[in-house]
Amino acid sequence: MQKIGVFVCHCGTNIAATVDVKAVAEALGHEPGVVISRDYQYMCSESGQNLVKNAIKEHKLTGIVVCSCSPRMHENTFRKAAASVGLNPYLVEIANIREQCSWIHKDIATATEKAIILGKAAVAKVHLNAPLTAGESPVAKRALVIGGGIAGIQTALDIAEAGFDVDIVEKNPTIGGKMAQIDKTFPTLDCAACILTPKMVEASQNEHITIHSFSEVTDVKGFVGNFTVTIKKKARYVDETKCTGCGLCTEKCPMKKVPNEFNMGLDNRTAIYIPFAQAVPKVATIDPNYCMMLKNGKCGVCSKVCSVGAIDYKQEDRFIEQKYGAIVVATGFNPINLDKYDEFAYNQCPDVVTSLELERLMNAAGPNGGTLLRPSDKTHPHKIVFVQCVGSRCDDSKGKPYCSKICCMYTAKHAMLIREKYPDTEVYVFYIDVRTPGKNFDEFYRRAVEQYNVHYIKGMVGKVTPRSDGKIEVQASDLLADEQLHIDADLVVLAAAIEPDKTARPLATMLTTQMDTNDFFTEAHPKLRPVESATAGIFLSGACQGPKDIPETVAQASAAAAKAIGLLVKNSITCNPCVAHSDELMCNGCSSCEKVCPYGAITYIDKEFRMPDRTTAVRRVASVNPAVCQGCGACTVACPSGAMDLNGFSNSQIMAEVDAICK
Amino acid sequence: MNKNLKEQVLRSSGVNVLKCMRCGKCSGTCPSYDEMEYHPHQFVYMVERGDIETLMNSKSIYKCLTCFACVDRCPRNVEPAKVVEAVRLAAVRQQGNNHMTPAQIPEMLDDDLPQQAVVTAFRKYIK
Repeated sequence: MQKIGVFVCHCGTNIAATVDVKAVAEALGHEPGVVISRDYQYMCSESGQNLVKNAIKEHKLTGIVVCSCSPRMHENTFRKAAASVGLNPYLVEIANIREQCSWIHKDIATATEKAIILGKAAVAKVHLNAPLTAGESPVAKRALVIGGGIAGIQTALDIAEAGFDVDIVEKNPTIGGKMAQIDKTFPTLDCAACILTPKMVEASQNEHITIHSFSEVTDVKGFVGNFTVTIKKKARYVDETKCTGCGLCTEKCPMKKVPNEFNMGLDNRTAIYIPFAQAVPKVATIDPNYCMMLKNGKCGVCSKVCSVGAIDYKQEDRFIEQKYGAIVVATGFNPINLDKYDEFAYNQCPDVVTSLELERLMNAAGPNGGTLLRPSDKTHPHKIVFVQCVGSRCDDSKGKPYCSKICCMYTAKHAMLIREKYPDTEVYVFYIDVRTPGKNFDEFYRRAVEQYNVHYIKGMVGKVTPRSDGKIEVQASDLLADEQLHIDADLVVLAAAIEPDKTARPLATMLTTQMDTNDFFTEAHPKLRPVESATAGIFLSGACQGPKDIPETVAQASAAAAKAIGLLVKNSITCNPCVAHSDELMCNGCSSCEKVCPYGAITYIDKEFRMPDRTTAVRRVASVNPAVCQGCGACTVACPSGAMDLNGFSNSQIMAEVDAICK
Repeated sequence: MNKNLKEQVLRSSGVNVLKCMRCGKCSGTCPSYDEMEYHPHQFVYMVERGDIETLMNSKSIYKCLTCFACVDRCPRNVEPAKVVEAVRLAAVRQQGNNHMTPAQIPEMLDDDLPQQAVVTAFRKYIK
């Protein structure tokens, strides 16, 4: 005989203002099997929990229903309370009468009726609940960091510091990411390479860190503590273990007209190349799209000059498989493509550049050796116009709806650096709003205006027209002066919006993590769990989660590392007992469940069965690995014979709930 | 502030002026800027404030070329040219309710009138 307790929470006025909680408790008290039904102001408070515990002991309850907030909030609280007085935690059911009832209704009568129905459904379900015991699964003591920019490097260094092995997978030939391309950093104006490259070296020398450069993640299986990841090591046609990074091959390579992506295509590199002087690993890579040997078998110069015989034209992509306990995503960002912005003439004029291109134009390792020259005719620009918010804060098909966050500060930095180095240059910045929240940020921007006399103009550039005399006519509005300006500029710099890297979306599918409409990874909670994804064991680091500057990225990277370490120190983790199981007598071996399982938890086995006529027959049946199953329930829906069932959410329990609602 | 006029302008233009983020790109892009007393961004803002009569009494409403540069380039999809047209329409309607019928149009077309003028006049009403 079931003895069920019902506990209705007021949640202050959150529930009680819209739902007549006394009426709910009264109505549910008459449900079959219910022996006690109480309401209380805050059921999750200590005294509320004691009310539940005492009732369980006093009435020897066999199951309880708590009508309160979403199970995401307090299911665990009440499960623990039940367990502490000897009731199996899986005999607790939550009826969500807050998020799914009181918060969305205005009429008290309607809300109360719905709350009673939700409570009845939970009572009907708890009648069929069975006690479940959570198992344990081991944790692989190794972390994977996807992306080798400053976010990935910092996360890897912190995890390694705690003594765990970490692998960094970087799609480019070197780690370093966007920060390696940046000239100076705000608000201190220290050199980006000077503070980044020591960290790159530290990562490469750390005994716990393995760097898989020029590699990609191609497959992810498993679950928290137990991921199996396939990494594709792309053929670089150079033996990493032999190459010393001497660079002789890059000097001798006859194919010298390859756009240099590290310098944003502003100069050229050779077909065999090392991206930049401080690259890690400092190993050459052959670009098969340009190498004449790989394209038509004619050349082989690099192989002849290489004294250690590292060149291998026959190298192929290699795949390695590794087990990880935790995965940190650090895939970063890119500036958006400005092809659609005809009004800014980015495609028509080489002297209209993006801010990242300007970083390279000003960098000592850039195309002009650090002297700011116009890309078109290599002359000094004397009038420079910066345009902010190009593609940011847009509600059109061309741009992004969000603020890219970093542009105001780097534009102030660029303006200041130019005025410092070339005082004869006039600098104009067109802004909509100047957004400088951050430590020493507004002071930095004010310095650009007050100390360096950068002309900040409230307004937007409407049109950029390259002229035949080499000048660029900029037509813009000055909203405060109520004037339309026409400026003859020598260089125009566009602060392009930033977007997540294109590799992020396929990766999110592999990791079964969520993304927002802009392809930024979604955090588990926007305030309280900002570095975890909603998928257990997957953590987020840096701009893949949203636009960020370097200090914020590093802070989040260390936070993600701390979360990963917190997982890796555990020897085992408690599994969710609400997993699927197959009724072998009903299973017809059709494989439907195996195909839909996103975790690879279902395999088919051939099993002997005793038939009614006392013969034995071998039948193919589904078998669920409970350690891998995440209880998503996809198989129970796909199974045509009804053999698949989910513990805690069995077909009969769901039907009982539906029946209770429809009664 | 004339609420009815504002309502009429908002309805006939189909524009949500609250989407404007005050960047001024419309006025930065406008080829008629120097001819106008009130500029495209001011049209949007003044309609938001309900200050329609000032705009109706200004010559600015006849200076818009309907080139649609502001509509094309507005990052927030506000479509300022449609606001200007709606104010112009409000002015026309107040001058004696002289609604035209389609039958009257052909006799009004003369050979000197550029085709473009006819086409752009129709474009303004597409939403």
